[in-house]
Amino acid sequence: MLDSRRRADNRALLVQESEPRALELRIPEAPARPGEPVDFSRLKLADPGAVRRPEVDAPAESMRDLAYSLIRVLDDKDEAVGSWAPEVSIATLKAGLRAMMLTRAYDDRMYRAQRQGKTSFYIKCTGEEAIAVAQALALDSGDMCFPSYRQQGLLIARNYPLLKMMGQVYSNTLDPLKGRQMPIMYSSREYGFFTVSGNLGTQIIQAVGWAMGSALRGDTKIAASWIGDGTTAEGDFHYALTFASVYRAPVILNVVNNQWAISSFQGIAGGDQAPFAARGVGYGLPSLRVDGNDFLAVYAATQWAAQRARSNHGATLIELFTYRAEGHSTSDDPTRYRAADEASKWPLGDPILRLKQYLIKRGEWTEEQHEAQQNEVTQEVRTVQREAEASGVHGANNTHSPKTMFEDVFKEMDWRLRRQRQEAGF
Amino acid sequence: MPTMNMIQAVNSAMSVMLARDPNVVVFGEDVGYFGGVFRATEGLQRTYGKTRCFDTPIAEGGIVGAAIGMGAYGMRPVVEIQFADYIYPAFDQIVSEAARIRYRSAGEFSVPMTIRTPYGGGIFGGQTHSQSPEGLFTHVAGLKVVVPSTPYDAKGLLISAIEDDDPVIFLEPKRLYTGPFEGHTEGAVRPWSVHPASEVPEDHYRIPLGQAAVVREGEDVTVLAYGTMVHVALAAARDSGINAEVIDLRTLVPLDIETIVRSVNKTGRCVVVHEATRTSGYGAELTTLVQQQCFFDLEAPIERVTGYDIPYPHAFEWQYFPGPARVAEAMRQTLRG
Repeated sequence: MLDSRRRADNRALLVQESEPRALELRIPEAPARPGEPVDFSRLKLADPGAVRRPEVDAPAESMRDLAYSLIRVLDDKDEAVGSWAPEVSIATLKAGLRAMMLTRAYDDRMYRAQRQGKTSFYIKCTGEEAIAVAQALALDSGDMCFPSYRQQGLLIARNYPLLKMMGQVYSNTLDPLKGRQMPIMYSSREYGFFTVSGNLGTQIIQAVGWAMGSALRGDTKIAASWIGDGTTAEGDFHYALTFASVYRAPVILNVVNNQWAISSFQGIAGGDQAPFAARGVGYGLPSLRVDGNDFLAVYAATQWAAQRARSNHGATLIELFTYRAEGHSTSDDPTRYRAADEASKWPLGDPILRLKQYLIKRGEWTEEQHEAQQNEVTQEVRTVQREAEASGVHGANNTHSPKTMFEDVFKEMDWRLRRQRQEAGF
Repeated sequence: MPTMNMIQAVNSAMSVMLARDPNVVVFGEDVGYFGGVFRATEGLQRTYGKTRCFDTPIAEGGIVGAAIGMGAYGMRPVVEIQFADYIYPAFDQIVSEAARIRYRSAGEFSVPMTIRTPYGGGIFGGQTHSQSPEGLFTHVAGLKVVVPSTPYDAKGLLISAIEDDDPVIFLEPKRLYTGPFEGHTEGAVRPWSVHPASEVPEDHYRIPLGQAAVVREGEDVTVLAYGTMVHVALAAARDSGINAEVIDLRTLVPLDIETIVRSVNKTGRCVVVHEATRTSGYGAELTTLVQQQCFFDLEAPIERVTGYDIPYPHAFEWQYFPGPARVAEAMRQTLRG
C-alpha cells in the first residue's frame, strides 16, 4: 500500500519534470482597495539628507543610483539636511508657501463651484502643491512650461491673474480661451504656460521640441514638462526621453508619481517593478527621484536640473514621489477603488504643513502669521470669485459670442467655415 | 425581461461572451477593479476573475497592439479605449496592422478583436471627450464599424462584433448611455426605462452586422442616421410633423445598402445626418451611394446635417450639436426641392 503510493508520487514527479509548466500571466494588484488595511511600510524611503548631490556637470552614468533612491531635505525635526538643502531666500520660501496656500484655497472654491453646477468639471492638485509651485520658483520666468492638467500651481506661483483662471473655469466672457476648452485646460504664452491638452502625455515631447528650438536659436531659455505616473506608459514619454537624450535638449522632464491614475495604482504603469525615474537610466539621462511633498527637495532638484540644462549638459528626468490626496477629477469617486484613509496615512506628509513647520523652526514664521495668511488667501479667492461670477458661470449663456467658435481653426477662415458660420446663423 | 440602459446592455453582452467563450478577455484603462469610467465593465472582474477582465497601462497603442497579438494567438480580445478621442495613439496599430493582417498574410493570421469606445458630444467634454471619429475608420480597408442606438441593439451588435473574426470598431454613443437623448437641451432627460428597446434579454442573442433598421416608416423623405442622431432624427420628424422614414444604419461597414435604396426609391428624398465634422465625413459616402443608386428616383438634392468643421467647443456644445431643428430644416429643404 505504502509502496504503491510512493510509486504514484514518483510518477507524478516525473510527469512534472518532463512536461513544461503551464504559463501564467501576472496581473498586478493594488496594495489596498476599499476596506483593506493601508500599509506604506513597503515603501523604501531614503533618510532625509542621505542622498548625495552630484555636480551639475557630472556624467549621467555616474549617478544611476539616484534613480532608485529618494532625495529628501526636510527631516522629522523640520530641519533642512544634507547636500541637497538648496540655497534659497526666505522671501522665495514665503512666496512658495503663499502660492501653495492660494492654490489649495482656489482648488477648494472651484471644486465647490463645480458641485454647485457653476462649471462642468474641475481637477484639484491637493497634496501636490509643492511640485508646480517650487518648480515654478526654481525656473526662470521666461522658461516654458508644458504642464498636464494638475499644474495650476505654475500659473499661481507666476502670479497669473486668478480672475482669468476662473473665467476659463466658468467659460464666461473673461475666459481668455473663449469657451473652447474644458475647465482647467488653461493656456498663457505670456506666462510660459503651454496650452493644456486633454490627451495624455502629448506635451512632453513637445517640450523637448521647444527646448531643441531654443538651443537651435542660441537662446538661453529652457523648457520643462509634467506628466503623471500613468502617462509614462504612453509612447510620447518614450519619444521625449529619446529625443532629449539624443539631442541633449535643455529640458526638464517631470513625472509626477501621485500613486494613482484614476483607479489604476502606479503598478499598472510598471512602477512596482522599477521606479519611474529609472526609465531615464536606460536612455542615458540623469534621473532623480525626489520627495514631491518636500518643497525644499523639489526646489533643489529642479534648480540642479535647470543649471545643468542651462550649461548645455542636457535634459534631466525627475520623478516627483507624491500622493494624489483627492479624486482624479470631479468625475470620479476615489472611495470606490482605494482605501479611504490612504491619503491621511501617506508617510511623506503634507507639503504646505511641512514648509510651514520649517519656516517656524527657522524663526521666520509663526502660527499666527500662518492663520492670518490662510484667511487672507481664502478671502482673496472669494473676492475674485464674486468678480468672476459677475461675468457669469457655465451654462448661463454669459459666453463669448458663439460665432467665435468658427475662428482660429485656421489663421484665415476658408469658405467652408464662412458658409457654415452663416448656416449656424451667426 | 430585464430593463437595461445602454451601459448595462453593453456590460451584459461582454458578460455573456465571457461566460460562453474562454477565449474572450476584456481589458483597458480602469476597466478591471473599478469597472470603467462609464461603468461598462462593472462587476466583470469580480465575476470572471482578474485574468479575464483587467486594467492596462495608459497606452492605447499598447492596448490595441497587445489585443492584435492576443487575437492572432487565438484569443478574442474586447478592449476599451476610454474615450474615442483617446484612440489616436493606437491609430497605427489599427490602420496599418489590425486592418491588414488577414490580407497581408493571405489569411494565415487574423485579428478577431473588438475595440469598444464611447464617442460623441453632449456631456460638455470639450474637444477631447466629444469627437465622432467613425469616418476615419470607415475609410480604412479591413475594418468593420458598428454604432448602436439602443440598449437592445447595443447588446446584440456587440455580441456579433465579439464573435466576428475580423477587427470591429464598436462606437458607443455616450450621450445615449443613460437615456434616448433627442437633442433637446431643455427639460428633463428621459431614462431608457420608458423606451421599448430597453427591454433586453439576459441571454445570448445576435443582431447581425450589416442590417439597418427602419425605425420610423414614412413616405416623404428618408433620413439616414446612426447612434445619437437616430433619436434626434426621430424627434425632428415628430416636432416638424414631416412624414419622414428614419433609418438607423447600425453598422457603417458593412453597410445595408438595400434598405437604404428601397427607402429612398420610395420617398424620393434623402437627408444624411451625423454628429461628426462634415468634410470627408461618412455622410459624403452615403450621399454618393444614394446619388448613384437612386438617381432617377430622387426629386431633390440630398441634404447633409453634420457637425461643423471645427473642434468640439466646450461652451458652445449646443450651438455645435446638430439638433432636431437643423435636421427638420434639412428635411423641409428637400421637400422644397
